[in-house]
Amino acid sequence: MAELTYREAVAEAIAQEMRRDEDVVFLGEDIGAAGGVFKATVGLFKEFGPERVRDTPISEQAILGAAMGSAMTGLKPIAEIMFSDFLAVCWDIVANEIAKARYMTGGQMSMPLVIRTANGGGSRFGAQHSQSVENWAMMIPGLKVVAPSSPADVKGLLAAAIRDPDPVMFFEQKSLYPIKGFVPDGELVDKLGTAKVLRDGGDVTIVALAAMVPRAMKAAEELSAQHGIEATVVDVRSLVPLDTQTILREISKTGRLVTVEENPRLCGWGAEIASIVADEIFWDLDGPIIRITTPHIPLPAADALEDATMPSAERIVREIVEKID
Amino acid sequence: MTEGNGNVAIKPKAAAKRKAPATSSAKSSAKSRAKAAPKRAAKSKTASRANDDIGEDTRLALWRSLLEIRHVEQRAYDLFLQNLVKGTSHLALGQEAVAAGFATAMQKDDWSFCTYRGHHHTLARGASMEGVLGELMGRECGLLKGKGGSMHLTSVEHGAMGSYAIIGAHLPIAMGAAWTAQYKKTGQVSVCFFGDGTTNIGAFHEALNMSAVWNLPVVFVCENNLYMEYTPIKDVTAVHNPAGDRAASYGLPKIVIDGNDADEVYRTAQTAFAKARAGDGPSLIECLTYRHSGHSRADPGDYRPPGELEAWLKKDPVPRYRERLAEFGISKDVIDGMDAEVLAQVDEATEISKASPPPGLDLIDVDVWADGGTAWRN
Repeated sequence: MAELTYREAVAEAIAQEMRRDEDVVFLGEDIGAAGGVFKATVGLFKEFGPERVRDTPISEQAILGAAMGSAMTGLKPIAEIMFSDFLAVCWDIVANEIAKARYMTGGQMSMPLVIRTANGGGSRFGAQHSQSVENWAMMIPGLKVVAPSSPADVKGLLAAAIRDPDPVMFFEQKSLYPIKGFVPDGELVDKLGTAKVLRDGGDVTIVALAAMVPRAMKAAEELSAQHGIEATVVDVRSLVPLDTQTILREISKTGRLVTVEENPRLCGWGAEIASIVADEIFWDLDGPIIRITTPHIPLPAADALEDATMPSAERIVREIVEKID
Repeated sequence: MTEGNGNVAIKPKAAAKRKAPATSSAKSSAKSRAKAAPKRAAKSKTASRANDDIGEDTRLALWRSLLEIRHVEQRAYDLFLQNLVKGTSHLALGQEAVAAGFATAMQKDDWSFCTYRGHHHTLARGASMEGVLGELMGRECGLLKGKGGSMHLTSVEHGAMGSYAIIGAHLPIAMGAAWTAQYKKTGQVSVCFFGDGTTNIGAFHEALNMSAVWNLPVVFVCENNLYMEYTPIKDVTAVHNPAGDRAASYGLPKIVIDGNDADEVYRTAQTAFAKARAGDGPSLIECLTYRHSGHSRADPGDYRPPGELEAWLKKDPVPRYRERLAEFGISKDVIDGMDAEVLAQVDEATEISKASPPPGLDLIDVDVWADGGTAWRN
């Protein structure tokens, strides 16, 4: 068991898969000799060389087009879009082309590719480099959507995404890159479409994703220590496929659901979960569903403003105490 | 070589050393004579039979391809008037020679990518007529089982890797296929067809630049039919040749050809493919051509100046090639026989398509994912 950072786990997963499969190739801006702007791909260029780890121009449509064209003809590309906000300049390739090709052609096309991208706020970068856009991808049929919260999940889920025969959007939360965690030694391949129960409690079920997971865990400890409220914490990990069995089971046990979402309010993934809960386990609920999100605003840059907008552990505690007690 | 305002078109460097197809390799003296003056060769029936660098078999393959496209597109229009073709459709009547010339020069395992105006390119790669017509009619026998429609014709088994309906998207995608060929050293070429309007969107420039930097075996083919949808391309483009004049930006030679001459298209394709297979990188080729009908089925094309269509009909690639075949001594019986044969095939494909049922509703819930299903949750 080695202790790795979230960013080291990215490079470990890619290296693990590139060693076992010659068809896995990697492309993006500054990913090669520079090791990525977040240093999440350090060492790959040196080990695998410029034919498999290819630096590109600042051309996001070309990056994702190359990924799509190579995936449909036999490679298993991993494409990096440096900031998830930049997906907006190549969304045609994602939403109109990659996501739809198999269905539209009556099953003729295969699209085994991964789009990795640094997502989310907390880095004081302002509204064009901080968005939490996993819900953009979630609403497009044909895309799998993964957002890990720990180094072990990064390694296992990224490896699974690379082996998956369908296109996977892999959202790395950029403020998590420096966090450390233990990662099992040897080959690690997780399973897409599985949520994880990180904490068991009888009073309320907190469902969280990516950077909101450590905050939910911190809030759960605080709720237990200061308020006598025991929270279950579920890490969603994968929005598509969505592990509704685990999520619904854990909500039914406590009768209370709190979602913690980094995205702006409207159409966040928590709204979909709330809808499924209302449809399917309404009579298991003991009170209203609570959604804790960033307000419906572009994320501000200054630390004081950004910290006050993204859901914090303190806010999670406060809202749960106010609304559940 | 060029149709436009005395603008100089530059032939690709390698054009001089055309590779003769196997069919014409034996008769070297006739070949060189025909090469020097192919029209004169028609005067002597024996010499013309011997043919030039293209050869009779290839010429007949080009003829068949031109006829297949012409008759299927005309049938598509007829079926639209009968309300049997639903949705929209973008006909390539008048642009047949680009598809026929390139596809005939391609190897079977090469990949081609085209736009929503893509019936001609899909047929030219060998997709069945009932597959195309059936898809336009929303029938089960369609290439995409009715799930894509006119704008997305695809036949992966024929290397027809899709028709892309968002302008520009498929240039980077075709580039990606070329990356596979380069990485796996397969010798395959990726060919990407697009219209003049595409040259003004960002993806065109991103793909050209990266393909040149990566030295990829991809051939970009602009079908300049003078109109981006309803607007003359010259009114919205800073250069005269929308593709040709941009080539220098990517370190590529300017190549502008007569896209209504199937022979010229075929030869240009051969040169570009040889360059790509030799590892010498991409090409950008502008084919001057003309769309006989409007942009889509909803468009009568009234914005075109009087006389323009008539002038281009004189350069219609199909009758033009009929004359070419005669010049090379191919008999009227053979020329007309093939025409009748293709028309009969189109009739048969029409009947098959009409008889084909609508797609089963069970198809709605298949093929989002590789496992065949559509599930997004457990």
